[in-house]
Amino acid sequence: MLRILRKLAEDRAALVGLILILALIAAAILAPLLSTHPGDVTEFHTARRLSPPGPENWLGTDRMGSDIYSRLLFGARITLTIAVTAIAVAVLIGVPMGLIAGYYEGFGSNLLMRVSDIFLAVPQIVLAIAIAQTLGPSIENVILALSATYWPFWARLVYAETRSIKNEPFVEAAIALGCSPFRVMVLHILPSISSSIIVRTTIGMGGTILTAATLGFLGLGPPPPTPEWGRTIAESREFLPMAWWYAAFPGLAIFLVVMGFNLLGDGLRDVLDPRLRRAARHGK
Amino acid sequence: MESELIAVRNLRVSFASDAGLARVLDGVDLTIGRGEIMGLVGESGCGKTTLARAILGILPGNSARIEAGSIRFDGRDLLAMDQDRLAREVRGKEIAYIPQDPFTAFNPVFTIGTQIDDLMRYKSPLLRSAPQMSRRERSRADRARVLDLLRLVQLPDPEGVLRKYPHEVSGGQRQRLMIAMALLPEPKLVIADEPTTALDVTVQAQILKILKQLARERGVAVLFTTHDLGTAYEICDRITVMYAGQEVEEAPVASFFAQPSHPYTRKLLDSLPSSENGIRGIAGEIPRLIDPPSGCRFHPRCERASEACRGTRPPRDALGPAHTVRCHHPLIAAEQAA
Amino acid sequence: MKTLVLVLGRLAWFVPTIIGLLAIVFFISHVIPADPAAFVAGENATPETIAAIREKLGLDKPLHIQFWHYLVSIAQGDMGRSIYTGRPVAEDLLSRLPATLELAIAAIIVASLIGIPLGVVSALRRNTWLDHGLRVVTIAGLAIASFWFAILLQLFFSMRLGVTPLHGRVEGWGPEPITGFYTIDAIIWQDPEILLDALRHMILPVTTLALPATATIVRFTRAGVLNALQSNYVLYETAMGYPRRLVVWKYVLRNALIGTVTQIGLIFGLLLAGAVVVEAVFDWPGLGLFAVNSILSSDYNAVMGFTLIAGAMFIVVNLLVDILQGMIDPRETR
Repeated sequence: MLRILRKLAEDRAALVGLILILALIAAAILAPLLSTHPGDVTEFHTARRLSPPGPENWLGTDRMGSDIYSRLLFGARITLTIAVTAIAVAVLIGVPMGLIAGYYEGFGSNLLMRVSDIFLAVPQIVLAIAIAQTLGPSIENVILALSATYWPFWARLVYAETRSIKNEPFVEAAIALGCSPFRVMVLHILPSISSSIIVRTTIGMGGTILTAATLGFLGLGPPPPTPEWGRTIAESREFLPMAWWYAAFPGLAIFLVVMGFNLLGDGLRDVLDPRLRRAARHGK
Repeated sequence: MESELIAVRNLRVSFASDAGLARVLDGVDLTIGRGEIMGLVGESGCGKTTLARAILGILPGNSARIEAGSIRFDGRDLLAMDQDRLAREVRGKEIAYIPQDPFTAFNPVFTIGTQIDDLMRYKSPLLRSAPQMSRRERSRADRARVLDLLRLVQLPDPEGVLRKYPHEVSGGQRQRLMIAMALLPEPKLVIADEPTTALDVTVQAQILKILKQLARERGVAVLFTTHDLGTAYEICDRITVMYAGQEVEEAPVASFFAQPSHPYTRKLLDSLPSSENGIRGIAGEIPRLIDPPSGCRFHPRCERASEACRGTRPPRDALGPAHTVRCHHPLIAAEQAA
Repeated sequence: MKTLVLVLGRLAWFVPTIIGLLAIVFFISHVIPADPAAFVAGENATPETIAAIREKLGLDKPLHIQFWHYLVSIAQGDMGRSIYTGRPVAEDLLSRLPATLELAIAAIIVASLIGIPLGVVSALRRNTWLDHGLRVVTIAGLAIASFWFAILLQLFFSMRLGVTPLHGRVEGWGPEPITGFYTIDAIIWQDPEILLDALRHMILPVTTLALPATATIVRFTRAGVLNALQSNYVLYETAMGYPRRLVVWKYVLRNALIGTVTQIGLIFGLLLAGAVVVEAVFDWPGLGLFAVNSILSSDYNAVMGFTLIAGAMFIVVNLLVDILQGMIDPRETR
């Protein structure tokens, strides 16, 4: 663990990613403390509407006169809630499914994988749009739509990895020693494929946040006055080009957060994936 | 010496690795005469392939470093030439290469014909001998030479093979193609890096016979690396034995097998399976190249080793015509050999 | 013959995938909602209309019968009527398809032209500042929300500088449709003015769409080239003195591209997803804008129709890519 952290620290890009993610978490947790106008999630000040960035409103105000900086901080909570919950659900569905389908061979396993292939055969955003549209705009429904469209990634990954290490001596030895299938899967297979899962999950966080923001932009996210970042950008379009800050800062927030997860995922892959690590050493 | 084609002197090559600097070649001398077939024998990891690649100038640029030495080839210093010139004038024209693994050496997504055509476009001997020829004429003449040579390496249906992709022909056929491709540019030296280890035993003998015969007919010198003494005996005029990055003995085939002088050569010969001895290994382990033994690198495994062996590397002692050994305590002293 | 076997083999997987897609859309549209008929009828529908729709959809029947009816009506090209346009959804979608395809194809071309050389150069110069820089840029390209990037481009180039059109496919009327691709139609009608105008209108949307696609292509090309550079055949080609240019741009690139081609399917998914928001921002009258308008007006049939078409397009593209890959990779012998 320490070795992984040290290696990550050497990779400047991954370190930047980690810092960005920590900043997101800090912003979400400390939103009431960090914000200058904590009440502005629900309050408006029409007199101050669309004022540019300045000493009073650091990042300007929106069409209701609410402070964009403060709303962005509270928006971080929404983003984090959606991404973490949706990914957690997707992992909890996908990983066991991939493990079981990879461990047992037969019709059932094939069927499970075919189903996940069909889900993967449709762009995630398209399916998420259909589901979110049917369920109606709310935070829970966004989470549901995202988990329903993202789980096959983990099922596919875990399935392939399980299949490839199932015949390794250490797994066969565990089976020969009479370990129960559950024990073999959880104590022997899962730990050895965990790095791939971690990498996939980190990168998946970035993708989920982007998709969630897109749903918000399309009006399928949590309804106003929720300070969801994607929706804020959609609202801003009427007031361009004058109120550029209105569109610029929420988008920047999305970009930095997704960039954080992608950088960290990329760095983690270099550190954790033994196949790639070998290739990297080869060239040095 | 007029008959010398290539002379490697005091070559030192090291590789950077995570664990430190590995001295893979440590002061190697090697001489090959024109038209001579030289066997380079040693266990895997002894530096045979590195020496072969150093001569070709294709050591991995980011990890290997040539620290000292010279490689004189046909009157030129190869180490002084830049990559561009080596690729244009030497590689594939004067020094050709037969790889160890014919399965992966062909590019999988182009037909064999395309790969040979491209070779001829840049390496055809007609570029030198008939520079006034138009491109059309030359490629027609080359095509005829290609088909001739494919017949000489005993490929069935040469025209058909050219239209095939590499995965569609067998390993033995691919190695015949590799031999043909090495000879097409009419080089002076062919470097064959364990060309038969990846093949079935039954195919090996045929391939070796073809290689030897064609090299003889055309007066091409061959540097033939192998870890198999039997193979070396079949094909070579002279043999150089390498141990852990140093050459230890160089001798004509006859005296090599009759009068091995270096203790390592002796053990190598003893390790050949025979009816009276069965299979015998060599005691001890191949040394790590990152922190190699001082002096003669074989001394930790040698029963004859003395303080001198730990101290300095033995010089080359001439035992007879073309027979030299690097040993402080050779099994056969110079006067006996003569 | 070999190609025919290949195509048939891939088709065998295509049919169940399409049925699977239909099942998913059916599940979303008929099973999840408490009253699908109310959804289909829209917000302002009278109880009578809703009852009529319920009758028509056969919602009182068991699910498998409903699914069968659904399959039959889709097979007949019936996706219901759009409340928003009042026309059959299938017709609406079909008429908007060329606009989206024009964008997507232009974006794929731009992304390949930029991405492939950059990927090769990045691999050749690996671990230099150029390679590290490109790594960060490609990661960033995949982290930018395309709707935001589109708005920034619009803000800067159209509103501030005024050098590109703000939205739409052309000023005024487009060319008389033949293919529905404005650029191609303009060429057919030999109308350089419209062609130029159409191209000008494409600059920003194509840039937005091509950004993540380029990033993906760079990354896969780089990986493919690195892989090929470490192969035995490159060692052999180098040892035999094949010119470096030839080795890299012919022998290595062909191998690397076989891997990259398989990613075109994935990239097409990115483009389709991107098209939804990019068309919304640039008022580009394609499938994406249609979908967004349908979402905003709660036009249920239209959203489901879009999902189906987008999914089917994605599956078809992947099928074509599979077949194409089988054809360019000689080792593929099925």
